[in-house]
Amino acid sequence: MRFVRRHILTVAAFIVLVYLFIPVAVVGVLSFNDPPSKYNTKWYGFSLDAWTNMCGIPGVCESFVESIKIGLISTFVATVLGTMVAFALVRYRFRGRKTTNLLIFLPMATPEVVMGSSLLALFLNMTFPLGTTTVIIAHIMFTISFVVVAVKARLQGLDPSLEEASRDLYADSRATFQHVTFPLVAPGIAGAALLGFALSFDDFIISFFNAGTLVTFPIYVWGAAQRGIPVQVNALATLVFLVALAIVLIAQFVAWRRRKALQADMASRDADLKALSMDALSRS
Amino acid sequence: MPALIPTSTSEAPPQVAARKPRTGYLLLAPGMGWLAVFFAIPFVTLFITSLQVPTGASGVYAPGFDIANYGEALSQYGHLYIRSFIYAGLATLFALIIAYPLAYFIAFRGGQWKGLLLVLVIAPTFASFLLRTYAWRTILADEGPVTGFFNALGVLPEGRILSTSIAVVAGLTYNFLPFMILPLFASLDKLDPRLIEASNDLYASPVTTFRKVVWPLSLPGVVAGTLLTFIPASGDYINAQLLGSITTRMIGSAIQVNFIQFRDYPIASALSVMLMFIILIVVSIYIRRSGTEDLV
Repeated sequence: MRFVRRHILTVAAFIVLVYLFIPVAVVGVLSFNDPPSKYNTKWYGFSLDAWTNMCGIPGVCESFVESIKIGLISTFVATVLGTMVAFALVRYRFRGRKTTNLLIFLPMATPEVVMGSSLLALFLNMTFPLGTTTVIIAHIMFTISFVVVAVKARLQGLDPSLEEASRDLYADSRATFQHVTFPLVAPGIAGAALLGFALSFDDFIISFFNAGTLVTFPIYVWGAAQRGIPVQVNALATLVFLVALAIVLIAQFVAWRRRKALQADMASRDADLKALSMDALSRS
Repeated sequence: MPALIPTSTSEAPPQVAARKPRTGYLLLAPGMGWLAVFFAIPFVTLFITSLQVPTGASGVYAPGFDIANYGEALSQYGHLYIRSFIYAGLATLFALIIAYPLAYFIAFRGGQWKGLLLVLVIAPTFASFLLRTYAWRTILADEGPVTGFFNALGVLPEGRILSTSIAVVAGLTYNFLPFMILPLFASLDKLDPRLIEASNDLYASPVTTFRKVVWPLSLPGVVAGTLLTFIPASGDYINAQLLGSITTRMIGSAIQVNFIQFRDYPIASALSVMLMFIILIVVSIYIRRSGTEDLV
């Protein structure tokens, strides 16, 4: 009975995981398609055209570059601001902590269409021109919260004894931060930045509200979806997917190796200690 | 995406001896200022805009106090709210059913592969949201195998999936699934497996163990996951527009069309204000009834 149950669970989990990847596979496969018209929704024949000539359709690459630019700028700002907030929340006592936590939580619990439209209402009432600037402002706004939560989790997981040790060794607070705290938190910050970039790069709804005539990659895809998406779009999206996947898999692998090395190190130290005590025993 | 995992948000006392609060405020100011100006204040402008009156010129409105905007918005688009919440509710329910086995598997059978499996759960989101949604057009195409299979069973009322409510709910379920899996995993991962063993040792059937031990202890994850699915799903209009038809439009479409195409800012703002208001009410009732107030 337990045997059966165990396998039902494994099979169910496997099916769900496969299900998550089916549309990704469709996007990837269709990037090698050779459709006679612009309607790239079913298979016609194999072609490498989209991959060898990614910028072949006017506007695709421009929008792609625009999205990367917006993603980099907004991720940088959001990561700096969010990390500062996370440090304040974990390391400092101050009034208004509840309000602060609420203001960080709310953007994650607000539908994009509400955030996008309310920000547009602000810009319209201020007669602020829509474009790259307004989209970057919006992206920073909705990524800050994710950065704060990610960095905060990392900070809270830090072993306080490491910083205490640093202070015991007469490091001042600046040296402690520079040589102990920051290197330990850095992977969390890097992960938060990656997440922020992914959110910014893929955002459609909030961007569309605040873009004016600016065309980001998702906005290009949206426009194209009405009249048929060019194969090049599939190739670019597949490329982004593969690069992002490679980055997180490598990070995962590095973390895993470090953990293994640490375990091996501990084991060998244990063995050394044992040998030493055996030695001492045999001498006595 | 650790951000989606509800970490304990209870007041964590500073680990290190509290430092000068002034530095704390300085660290907070830029980030919180940004959120205040570009997240909180826009709600005020949205509300003000929702009461503005037309001036005659297209896209230009004068300050006013025209509550009738709300009545007009409701009479024109009221049914879209109901449809949106039904779609979002169904998608949330399906996502919960689909997500639970995977989250359970990763938490209890993941072993050293946990990290990798979580990466696989979020990996699909690296491929464009719009394109993945659009891909469902191919998968659910009228002449495709999925539609053929369900037609053979004779369960499709319209004989097709694409351009029906079924496709929209399926798209919503798929797109927000990772937001369900991650909080569920976070909750289940904290559950001590010895409790399940103890339940088994006491001759509880697997069903009883699930009902009396696993499910109640995973409730914080269930609540967080259902909220993180329901809220974005109810405001989404991408799935409705790419996979549905004119009869499956959701409230987000109406907000977008009125803001960007019709430039009827007061009506669009009124629609947006009401959406946020309804969601706040639904969510606060839900959180209170599920007894997990400390979640937020």
